[in-house]
Amino acid sequence: MKIEVVDVTKTFGCHRALDGVTLQVDDGELVALLGPSGCGKTTLLRIIAGLETADQGEVLFDGENASGRHARERRVGFVFQHYALFRHMTVFGNVAFGLRVRPRRQRPGRAQIRQRVYELLRLVQLEEFAGSYPAQLSGGQRQRVALARALALQPRVLLLDEPFGALDAKVRQELRRWLRRLHDELHVTSVFVTHDQEEALEVADRVVVMNQGGIMQIGTPPDVFHNPASEFVMNFLGSVNVFHGRVEGGRAFLGPLQVDCSSDHPLARPARALVRPYNLDLDTRSNGRPCFLATVRHIHAAGPRVKVELTTEAGAFVEVDLAPERYQELNLSVGESVFVSARDVRVFVGDEPERSHRLEFQDGDSPTVMDDLRPGTEGRSG
Amino acid sequence: MKGDRSIASETKMGFCRRRNRRVLPGFRLTLGFTLLYLSLLVLIPLSTLVLWMGRLGWEELWSTFTAPRTLAAYRLSLLGALIAAGTNAVFGLLVAWVLVRYRFPGRRLLDTLVDLPFALPTAVAGIALTAIYAPTGVIGRLFASVGIQTAYSPLGVVLAMVFVSLPFVIRITQPVLQDIDREVEEAAATLGATRLQTFTRVILPAIIPAVLTGFAMAFARAVGEYGSIVFISGNMPGRTEIVPLLIMTRLEEFNYAGATSVALVLLLLSFVMLLLINLLQAWIRRGAPV
Amino acid sequence: MESGTGVMPAPMIDANVTSVAGQVPSAPVRWTLTAVAVGFLAVTLVLPLVVVFINALAQGWQTAIAAWKHPDALAAIRLTALTLAIVVPLNTTFGLAAAWAISKFRFAGKSLLVTLIDLPFSVSPVISGMVFVLLFGAQGLLGPWLSEHGIRIIFAVPGIVLATTFVTLPFVARELIPLMQAQGQEEEEAAVSLGAGGWQVFLRVTLPNIKWGLAYGTILCGARTLGEFGAVSVVSGHIRGETNTMPLHVEILYNEYQFAAAFSVASLLVAIALITIIGKSIVEWRMQGSLRDSAGIVRQQHPAPNGGLGDED
Repeated sequence: MKIEVVDVTKTFGCHRALDGVTLQVDDGELVALLGPSGCGKTTLLRIIAGLETADQGEVLFDGENASGRHARERRVGFVFQHYALFRHMTVFGNVAFGLRVRPRRQRPGRAQIRQRVYELLRLVQLEEFAGSYPAQLSGGQRQRVALARALALQPRVLLLDEPFGALDAKVRQELRRWLRRLHDELHVTSVFVTHDQEEALEVADRVVVMNQGGIMQIGTPPDVFHNPASEFVMNFLGSVNVFHGRVEGGRAFLGPLQVDCSSDHPLARPARALVRPYNLDLDTRSNGRPCFLATVRHIHAAGPRVKVELTTEAGAFVEVDLAPERYQELNLSVGESVFVSARDVRVFVGDEPERSHRLEFQDGDSPTVMDDLRPGTEGRSG
Repeated sequence: MKGDRSIASETKMGFCRRRNRRVLPGFRLTLGFTLLYLSLLVLIPLSTLVLWMGRLGWEELWSTFTAPRTLAAYRLSLLGALIAAGTNAVFGLLVAWVLVRYRFPGRRLLDTLVDLPFALPTAVAGIALTAIYAPTGVIGRLFASVGIQTAYSPLGVVLAMVFVSLPFVIRITQPVLQDIDREVEEAAATLGATRLQTFTRVILPAIIPAVLTGFAMAFARAVGEYGSIVFISGNMPGRTEIVPLLIMTRLEEFNYAGATSVALVLLLLSFVMLLLINLLQAWIRRGAPV
Repeated sequence: MESGTGVMPAPMIDANVTSVAGQVPSAPVRWTLTAVAVGFLAVTLVLPLVVVFINALAQGWQTAIAAWKHPDALAAIRLTALTLAIVVPLNTTFGLAAAWAISKFRFAGKSLLVTLIDLPFSVSPVISGMVFVLLFGAQGLLGPWLSEHGIRIIFAVPGIVLATTFVTLPFVARELIPLMQAQGQEEEEAAVSLGAGGWQVFLRVTLPNIKWGLAYGTILCGARTLGEFGAVSVVSGHIRGETNTMPLHVEILYNEYQFAAAFSVASLLVAIALITIIGKSIVEWRMQGSLRDSAGIVRQQHPAPNGGLGDED
């Protein structure tokens, strides 16, 4: 089923949780609402479920306005952040609840309920726990019970609030993959909320990046990751090195980075350059490419990538992410001076991080100017 | 649910601002019932007292209130309640400490018994205490031998007040004591504090709001107590007559005006105590471990 | 307290770096404190109980049992039972409604409402009874109208019920409000999103979660209803066999110097009180058990404490 959210606004007291949010989720899609704490993503999810009412705007299910429908009538499966399992009921009782509370005429028979519940418990691999109480289960198991319970009524939409938020890292990994597989099997339109970018990028078909009650960008995972529409999105989707400086007279002075750029602004304007750690390279000698000097402070070599921490001559902190082979080639040691060069540098001009020009530099020296003014709330979807 | 529908149809019309619709049912029903019940049983009856006061006028109120008998009753009630609440603050803290920190045979039984003053009808407590503290009673005899009268004296009033207000400090302090992390005490010890220092500087500040709340509740209860005191006090006007008894006497004389003027200050006092207790509880919550 | 703790500092000085030293209290302090606490409770709580039973049996079993079987005593027992049967269900319903409204919804003036619910606790029972006399008594505001229509409230059963309801009004609500606030509303929301209707949510989800708290509040409410003396004393008029509850009957017997009979009826009330506090501590124990279960869930689920509005992300 298709979900459309049209211009939804929600205020709690004087806090504006959602500010004119518009979003479309296609039938069978798995969409992630990604953003930091308090960005409004949970509120949006609850409004879609009918657990919260928007001050303004509509929610449409398959083109039909659902705003007037009570949460009870929306046929939405909702998985709560803390699962909200009925603690006095067994796993079986929890999963059967939705079927048992149906009006007598629509209620399936006992045998049917039993069959359906076991079907679902098989799906979530918890058959042998049918008689257990929630308190006796692990976090991951509770999560799966909550999911089975939400699926019992064959919902048209599945909504998950921080589905893996309360689990430890390893279980989270497993459940993530499992949810993706489950979705591929069932193809029910699903929306989940998360503050973990890795989770959103790994699981979702499309990612909706939110901040301060608005949508920053909507796109497929590679799209939002490689073409962030704003400084916020780039910052939020992974670690970055930030160089502060200014753009003036066709040149950008960004700390140690100095690059030509054809900016048509005659006056000096503040700017920031963002570079991902893996887009920085190190060399022990100058290789002719634009580069700056830095001193190696610390090396983390345990892991698939080698993380090198450096300080520039001005004292700024820089993190570089190297392939192990490259690291061995360089034979770095702490205290050594190295030359740092950058590949994909993104320059954001202006005071407001969210409303900035975007200037794109290729290989650091041949700048392609993307001088399009983009208000932060409009996404660049691919 | 019908309300929800109508709100929903409004939204289709467009821009009108909705009130937040409530997902869980029964808000109007339960709040309506709560307010109605509270109004009928508490607010309207209590406001009758204010109405009566309006009928009386200040002068009559003042003259009744400042009559020596009334003043003496107030002095006894307030002082007695203060002493009783103070006694219970000290012993209550001690009992709470022992019940929380030490293990000894019979602890659970004692812990259960602490609630007795809440469960025992006050009249029963009254006659039992009188039997104990009367000059012929088990303890009254001891005091009488050294020339101290317990029952039928202000001391008897205080004793009854101590009994009825005993559980408050204990019951409020217990959970707070339990919540104090042992590690905090151990931290104090590793920083070189003696046990006395640990108690006065680490534990006491943490439980003082609870003790004060218990004190205030015990005081409020003791000031208003009637049942247990009338038996042990002897009810001598001007000497062992407490305020609730004076009100009772006036009512029995069908002197509603007199009763009202005496009761008014007591009622105001209970409002003040209620406010104070609320503030103290907010203080406890703020200090509670997260 | 001071004298007890004052005993130990000297030998502790060189040991105070090891935290273990802080954990094991020295025996003298421990025993002194325990002895004082036990002694205090024994004199104030246990002694009165013993005295009641001794006095009840002072003139033998026969007298004690005769006092129970006296028609006036039986009438008092019946009236007390009747009051109990009316007041406890009423205040339980009120407690459930108030706790539901307060714990599941946001609305203005909530803390004022909670304070108002507490009000009867801090009002003297004599005043609680008196306000009904001022309202319905012979010279009361509605008194003339009531006597014209032949309705008796004061010095009759309705007055006793009203005064008792007033005094015991907060008990159930006080137990349920914090409990239901702590439990939140996620389970109820989950039930709604699964299609449950209002009563289904209440009966299948909320009620099982609060049953121990409800039992606890009901027990407290019942105990107070049985034993209420001051408020009832004002409105009852002490008409033997008609408007005397058990505590009032004890008072009358005592004032007539029928001590053995008074203590004998009192011993019934003591027995009920003992059963009450035992029942209460059993319920408390069960409640702690179920709270611990749910606390286990909550603790695992909340890696960080978060508060605030609906939006917790």
